[in-house]
Amino acid sequence: MIIGEFFRGLFLMIWRVATDQPEAKADLLAVFPPSARPVISAVLTVSPIIGIFATLFALTTLLERKGLGRIQNRLGPNRVGPFGILQPVADGLKMLTKEDIIPRSADALVHFLAPVVLAVPTILAFAVLPYGRNLVPVDMDAGILFFFAVGASTELAIFMAGWSSRNKYSLLGAMRAIAQMISYEIPLIISSVSVIMIAGSLSPVEIIAQQGRYLAGGFVPHWFVLTPWGLAGFIMFLIASLAESNRSPFDIPEAESELIAGHLTEYSGFKYALFFMAEYFGMFAVSGLAVTLFLGGWHAPFEFLEIVPSYVWFFAKLMGLVCLFIWVRGTVPRLRVDQLLNFAWKFMLPLSLLNLVVAAVWHFTAAWEFPGAGLGRWLLGAVMIGVPYVWLGRALSGSKKITQRTYRFAD
Amino acid sequence: MVDSQQLREYVPVLILAAVAIAFAFGTLALSVVVGKWANRSRRTGHSTRVKDIAYECGMIPVGDGSSRLSVKFYLVAMLFILFDIEVVFLYPWAVVYKSMLVDHANLIFGSMLTFLGILFVGYIYALKKRAFEWKS
Repeated sequence: MIIGEFFRGLFLMIWRVATDQPEAKADLLAVFPPSARPVISAVLTVSPIIGIFATLFALTTLLERKGLGRIQNRLGPNRVGPFGILQPVADGLKMLTKEDIIPRSADALVHFLAPVVLAVPTILAFAVLPYGRNLVPVDMDAGILFFFAVGASTELAIFMAGWSSRNKYSLLGAMRAIAQMISYEIPLIISSVSVIMIAGSLSPVEIIAQQGRYLAGGFVPHWFVLTPWGLAGFIMFLIASLAESNRSPFDIPEAESELIAGHLTEYSGFKYALFFMAEYFGMFAVSGLAVTLFLGGWHAPFEFLEIVPSYVWFFAKLMGLVCLFIWVRGTVPRLRVDQLLNFAWKFMLPLSLLNLVVAAVWHFTAAWEFPGAGLGRWLLGAVMIGVPYVWLGRALSGSKKITQRTYRFAD
Repeated sequence: MVDSQQLREYVPVLILAAVAIAFAFGTLALSVVVGKWANRSRRTGHSTRVKDIAYECGMIPVGDGSSRLSVKFYLVAMLFILFDIEVVFLYPWAVVYKSMLVDHANLIFGSMLTFLGILFVGYIYALKKRAFEWKS
């Protein structure tokens, strides 16, 4: 009897999630005694997060290797299973069976704890993202703040890994990683502050609700990326999130040609896999936040497409950003440390602060009521961010003329 | 007095943290079990002197692993703290910006411009002091 109720509730939950209905868990929870309900509810919420993103991680590693292969004019993995689609399974099994080596000089406890300390906050960051109309794991008022707080604690784990290995390359890689992550954290947070300012809330749910309108008969979504400050903020957010997730062209912490593998050098077996997974999870989380802040979250691009379940749009946008990250990795060469930090402090920081002013002006001028005010606001915002962009770029690149390089002896 | 309703919001977060910790330790434990089982016919797991030294491109490591590092890293950390605190001040301002724009538009707009202006002067000072130059 109770087993029948349980399966009925489970089926109803899956059906309601799939069809975008609220209160998906209600019938299943009614089976359990009231005192156990909060815990059961939380477990039901959080276990799909890990399951879905672990699957997405496996698929993305394959997509990345295939995509990079195509970019570099080769085939990519194609031996395991049809078209190589079982490659992630083979990789996982290989990682599971590898020997775990801890160097004799290493601080064994810290060395062991570092991958765990890294994995936990990256998973926690998924708690506040709204995946669909009624799919928010934790609807927190200060969700954005929570996201950045747990996101920042990954730096600790990277330093733990680098320091405890007692390897010169590991330590140097970890120091570089921290310098890079804290430098790019400021543009990342400031470009998100402009959205918070316009939405007037730190809650991701509220921010998405603000982007839920459509203009021009349902064909132009009211996403923040379609405003001057939103576009500039989105691009800065993307660049900073590339740096935060230590991905190429910002992969100097683990630049394999100069630092072996940075803080990952002394890790093998499944500890290495946890680092690798946390890196991808971080990329998913920060892409998910970019979708939430600038790309309208789970809203459809056109009004008539809102009948498609909302989570489809969220994950489509998320995978779009991930594909962009892979494309950038295959295209752009790695920066040097000085170039990287100069770019953060001299270019991104002033521009992101300025973008804040542009967003303030954008909202301040919302009261304008003369004909053509909308176009005027647009032009004002675009000029306010565009002119400093060009000027700062020219000033920083100096008088160096970039021309085609001539090779005298390589003809 | 802390509102208990507000704290109850964080119960799923705590459970998620517990699940995440269990996941991390669980997979590490699983890797030990699976690794032992898959390699049961081989002689593995024994450590040798050479295998257990730190891997520095195959060279025997010279000196201590934790060597001295450039002071520039500390400078970056200090700059980060300064600007991060400023961002913390921006958060409450950003949240109330929209609602205060209705009645106190000039106040909220002007106060933010003043704050960012003072900050910008500090930024110019750091720039002129060559704090952002990586090459010394």
